Amino acid sequence: MPRLPLLIFLIMISVHLPSVQAATRSITGAGATFPYPLYSKWFSDYGKLHPGVEINYQSIGSGGGVRQLLENTIDFGASDTPMTDEQLKNAKIPILHFPMILGAVCLTYHLPGITEPLNLSSSLIADLFLGKIFYWNDPKIQAINPGVNLPNVPIMIVHRSDGSGTTAVFTDYLNKVSPEWKSRVGAATSVKWPVGLGGKGNEGVTGFVKQSPGALGYVELLYAEKNHLSVANVQNAAGVFVKPEAKSITAAAQSSLQAMPKDFRISITNALGKNSYPLSSFTYLLVYREMPKAKGQTLVSFLEWALVDGQKLAESIFYAPLPAVLSLKVKSQLKEIQLK
Amino acid sequence: MKIRNRFDRRFHRTLLGLSSITIGVLALIVAYLIHLSWPAVKEFGFSFLTSTEWDPVAEKYGSGAFIYGTVVSSFLALVISVPLSMSVALVLNELAPKKVAEVIGFMVEMLAAIPSVVFGLWGIFFLAPLLRLYVQPFLGQHFGFIFLFQGPPYGVGMLAAGIILSIMITPTITAICREVFRGVPLHHREAALALGATRWEMIRLAVVKSSWSGVFGAIILGLGRALGETMAVTMLIGNRNEISSSLFAPAQTMASAIANEYAEAGSQLHVSSLAFVGLALFLVSLIVNSLARMVIHRLRARGGMSR
Repeated sequence: MPRLPLLIFLIMISVHLPSVQAATRSITGAGATFPYPLYSKWFSDYGKLHPGVEINYQSIGSGGGVRQLLENTIDFGASDTPMTDEQLKNAKIPILHFPMILGAVCLTYHLPGITEPLNLSSSLIADLFLGKIFYWNDPKIQAINPGVNLPNVPIMIVHRSDGSGTTAVFTDYLNKVSPEWKSRVGAATSVKWPVGLGGKGNEGVTGFVKQSPGALGYVELLYAEKNHLSVANVQNAAGVFVKPEAKSITAAAQSSLQAMPKDFRISITNALGKNSYPLSSFTYLLVYREMPKAKGQTLVSFLEWALVDGQKLAESIFYAPLPAVLSLKVKSQLKEIQLK
Repeated sequence: MKIRNRFDRRFHRTLLGLSSITIGVLALIVAYLIHLSWPAVKEFGFSFLTSTEWDPVAEKYGSGAFIYGTVVSSFLALVISVPLSMSVALVLNELAPKKVAEVIGFMVEMLAAIPSVVFGLWGIFFLAPLLRLYVQPFLGQHFGFIFLFQGPPYGVGMLAAGIILSIMITPTITAICREVFRGVPLHHREAALALGATRWEMIRLAVVKSSWSGVFGAIILGLGRALGETMAVTMLIGNRNEISSSLFAPAQTMASAIANEYAEAGSQLHVSSLAFVGLALFLVSLIVNSLARMVIHRLRARGGMSR
């Protein structure tokens, strides 16, 4: 009876037809991996509140997200770094930037026996990643960590081997604080590292640091906290050593409000203000200025929710909420989305 | 009879169609790779293959260090794996009791079923610390005068990548070697024994010597897997775009460079350079495979063995 399976198949398809209709309320996005833990929580929470709405997100990386957005294969993109002028010029439909949440890159190290967080200054971080300091008990490190019994252990630098927004934020910071870094290495999602080992992904760097005494690397805050790694206090532009936490990350955005351009494309690394954590960054949702009505409406309602209620979820997974003033400003940009 | 013929013809055509799909897919892949990498080919030309400068900020790309990493890590894997696989195959076929051979043979083949990311994880959490704490300090202390064993012991690096690759290709080489050794006619062995050969001499003269071309084929299949292996290597090689003479140093292979950078490659030249790396990997595989075919051909012609 070969007909029977076919019959069952047809019945199954017809049963599923209603959900095909509902697919107009399903939207697809792709991009940054950095906010993925938060986004997936947002999308699932929002889906529970609004049955029938389905937001699919593929964390393929910021670069991939921008590429797909420019090729019009997704409904929205996501990126840790704002798009460049050139990329925006190539867009067939104009693109809006929505800062969604704040995150931080932290410096993490493995020094057995040292419990209090180390202090690291901007020039020291640049020297370390340029390969100019070889041992942990170097006088330069000791000078800003008085009272810490630094061991005579070689420093092993660990960086990301894959292209990543985390690297972009970190190198952007180094570019701002060290002229030598700017001329020798520069800032990008992947760079030519002067020293060190490459680990794939935050988990790769975390793994190396966790295993190797003497290692120093940079990862997203979430990974360091989840793995109970030591995290350094970093000296900000005002000269204060600041711990990466929601308060100090939001402070970095707060102090950058005055300089905020209308399209929100700004880097907030090395922000002014004595409370600001200098390795903070926005992460953006990239949205077309013109969208088909049904999909656009769904996305706008979601963004309205994420910019208010969604912010409260951030801290529990080591992101920082936008300053209240800013989230209002971002929300008002929603009016610019034209629904057709 | 007529129906049978028609059926045969249809069968023949279907098979022809299906097999030409594979060739078509290969041609499409190569064509697309060339298309995608064209900007980089135009920009850098042949020097792309020799230059070791890979700087996404300055938009200067060269894959020399990756090619070196791929070739050396694969070669290292063969150096470790070939003697191991051949001995395992011989032991299982010629020496071990049948029951034991079945169990061990099954376990060796199971190695091939482990996903490469699991090999990578095992490498990070077991192999790398083992190398860093024991193997590399030992090698450095006693053989440090050889350029291969110099530099700080990181654990991860070329040596770790070579070892993990050797484990990954061992089941392939072992399985094929076993088949090849099994193909040696029984009367050859009997003849060797009858002439007064010991067991060892019988294995050496009757089994191994007449199987070289088959063994070589096995090695090539293993090499093929080693050249293209991505995930486990990326997790263990240390990902440093540099050529270093020491096996302790981190390196980078072509496959892992693509896996690492493709997702975030921003500029067109970056993407197209990565495609060029892919093309280069394809060429390296092609060259290695053709060389191997030639060698097998020669061996066959000389040895006269069918396998």
